[in-house]
Amino acid sequence: MSFVQGLKCRECKREYPIAPLHVCEDCFGPLEVEYDYDGIRQSVSREKIASRAHNLWRYRELLPIEEEPRVGLYSGFTPLIRARRLGEALGVEELYLKDDSVNHPTFSYKDRVVSVAISKAIEFGYETVSCASTGNLANSVSAHAASAGLNCYVFIPEGLEEGKIVGSAIYGPRTVAIKGTYDDVNRLCSEIGDKYQWAFVNVNLRPYYAEGAKTHAFEVAEQLGWKLPRHIVVGSAGGTILPKLAKGFKELREVGLVGRDEPCSIYSAQAAGCSPIIDALKKGTDVVDPVKPNTIATSIAIGNPADGYYVIQAVKESGGWGENVTDDEILDGIKLLASTEGIFTEPAGGTEIAVTRKLIEQGRIPRDESIVVSITGNGYKTIETVAHIIDRPYSIDAALGTFDALYDELSKGSPETAQAG
Amino acid sequence: MSVRVRVPTPLRKFTQGSDEVDANGATVSAMLDDLEQNHPGIKERIMDENGKVRRFVNVYVNGDDIRFLKNVDTALKDGDSISIVPAIAGGM
Repeated sequence: MSFVQGLKCRECKREYPIAPLHVCEDCFGPLEVEYDYDGIRQSVSREKIASRAHNLWRYRELLPIEEEPRVGLYSGFTPLIRARRLGEALGVEELYLKDDSVNHPTFSYKDRVVSVAISKAIEFGYETVSCASTGNLANSVSAHAASAGLNCYVFIPEGLEEGKIVGSAIYGPRTVAIKGTYDDVNRLCSEIGDKYQWAFVNVNLRPYYAEGAKTHAFEVAEQLGWKLPRHIVVGSAGGTILPKLAKGFKELREVGLVGRDEPCSIYSAQAAGCSPIIDALKKGTDVVDPVKPNTIATSIAIGNPADGYYVIQAVKESGGWGENVTDDEILDGIKLLASTEGIFTEPAGGTEIAVTRKLIEQGRIPRDESIVVSITGNGYKTIETVAHIIDRPYSIDAALGTFDALYDELSKGSPETAQAG
Repeated sequence: MSVRVRVPTPLRKFTQGSDEVDANGATVSAMLDDLEQNHPGIKERIMDENGKVRRFVNVYVNGDDIRFLKNVDTALKDGDSISIVPAIAGGM
């Protein structure tokens, strides 16, 4: 049974029936899925959710599908990790990582939104799915389309990391690389979407796609024992996930799964080479001027974020803030996370860590309250970004004496010596 | 100046269903006025009451966002191609 009531324009509130529509005909505002929260409150319970499989569909009353889910049966329910060593390094008492770098099947937060969008595409009867992507979304759409037996076209900007290109191509979609930035890809896809009868997950299916991002918030709350973290930090690219975390937390309060007055401040993380949202936030305006991206954090290099305005609204309403960090700080963030927690993230995750550090140092996030950092993507897809900052392997002959000499060399001044023998 | 304008689905009810129309004007602003002459009602969907492009609409001249040019004062020349595109999500 579904509790979906329809679509509604976020701006002028005009209502629409459930259909593959994403913008209001009157004002171009984005359309949002509306639910019967009274009905959900009566139907849902912590126990009911706990009895279900460990995937994102365990929150299905708050997701916009009518039939049984078709894909994503192993997506979501990623680990929430108590990060003691990283917490110590950052000087905070209670730090957690929500680790979507191990999301199934394509290792990023995108498996959430795509699970919902492609289930909806099948309900609408589409045979071809598509997306405009900075890489991770294309990976996820390609994989889910393959598992559902759908045709697939993915559009990416030229010059992406090899892991992101191969990570789509292996599933057999038509991959089209556009000469330009993601913003050029987006513009083209909007026009292609108008012409071809395809399910563009982030264009005509955007209202459904975006709802999938709420499951990141639902899981954080459930994994904390149905409590909200006092603070949560997440990256902003086009600006989908942050406002949806805010919506997810609000819905949990609304349907009684967490306390009605539980506060949670939300913080936006961007790369200094592409931070139109943080620039606007710091200027005190909600008008997000587009920029030309120039950063190693390709997955969040979106100069014209569609939902930037809503990111700023959600940040302000929650009492949060935001920061941007340089490419060097992003690399330091990747290394710090790897060396303290054994998690290898891509530059978007390095941005999330580095921004968290900066906000703690600035006193924006207090050191004695609970903090969750969202890790939205996986470092194994972007190895060339960090290739120059790691220690290369020592190459030696297969002779014990040679290793002994190397070991002596490496052990000089190190406390871990004299264990051998 | 005569330019080609690509019309997104939500605005096609003003253009009798056409996905592309011709318009004239020395600037984006003048072109939008001309568009309104021939397709009454279309302009207020693109611009707000203060004459600014609406928050969720992007206008491109030959693929360049007019916010990187001179906004609605951007000059047009014969044969330019204009796109009116709703903002869309993505990334990460």
